[in-house]
Amino acid sequence: MARSGALWQRLHRWASPPGFYRLSTRWLPWLGAASLALLVLGAIWGLLYAPPDARQGHSYRIIYLHVPSAFLALAGYYVMAVAGAIHLIWRVKLADMVMSAAAPLGAALTFLALFSGALWGKPTWGTYWVWDARITSMLVLLFLYLGVMALRQAYSSRETAGRACAVLALVGTVNIPIIYKSVDWWYSLHQPATIRLTAAPSMHPDMFKPLLVMILAFYVFYAWVLVLNTRAEILSRERRAAWVGELAEERVS
Amino acid sequence: MKLQFDSVAELIAMGGHGIYVWAVYGVAAGLMIWMVCRPLRRRAHILAAVRAARRREGAR
Repeated sequence: MARSGALWQRLHRWASPPGFYRLSTRWLPWLGAASLALLVLGAIWGLLYAPPDARQGHSYRIIYLHVPSAFLALAGYYVMAVAGAIHLIWRVKLADMVMSAAAPLGAALTFLALFSGALWGKPTWGTYWVWDARITSMLVLLFLYLGVMALRQAYSSRETAGRACAVLALVGTVNIPIIYKSVDWWYSLHQPATIRLTAAPSMHPDMFKPLLVMILAFYVFYAWVLVLNTRAEILSRERRAAWVGELAEERVS
Repeated sequence: MKLQFDSVAELIAMGGHGIYVWAVYGVAAGLMIWMVCRPLRRRAHILAAVRAARRREGAR
């Protein structure tokens, strides 16, 4: 009982905005260095050393940004929806701050997935855009992210805005399995998943290894920018708190 | 593992698809820099405003 009490207390301190701010200061240099190193490694490997594709030539090198950004666009939506649920159920303020930090990041990554897909589509399919199930459901994802961002601005009460955004994010999760399954359920120009948990990847290992590096790089990068954006959101909401005043003075000297 | 291009010009051309490949990498770099710099600028902004407010209160 005593131990679980201590654990609870620790979790409580961790989930308090100033507690998280202080704790995360130590993570930032590691996350930043790891994401930069992995991104540089993955990009150089993918652009310079991976062999060209037999049919697509060099244009397929777009995959090293397309697949990771699409992965994180979806993973980021889970982060946003789960944070919204935690805020709704337990009224954890930090969860609402994470949610509001996750929305613009998710929108940027979804845009990158769509943009890279369009520019890959032109030389490969002969068109930038088709109203196909996978692409349309990704466009819906972009609008969901933008909708959550707009909804937050629409309320004057922060508490109401947070709850409304959480509900919208949770309702929007319906779209996620549609995105995953779209290439199987409907006839689609988009190819089915290259990477499956249950089977070997349908890609040569020399092409696949840099892709794995880039996916890992995007996960670490996402963690880094999510922490950075959450910290900025914490400061913005707690700007009148004594600890932010002390922090502001520290930064001068 | 070997380098796939013999010259910088070939690397830029990407077998005729250079414009697509490099546009995607450029936009990605821009977006990722934005994702890092936006919170850092916001933080500097807030801390400067808090400092200014404390100065005003201290002077009074």
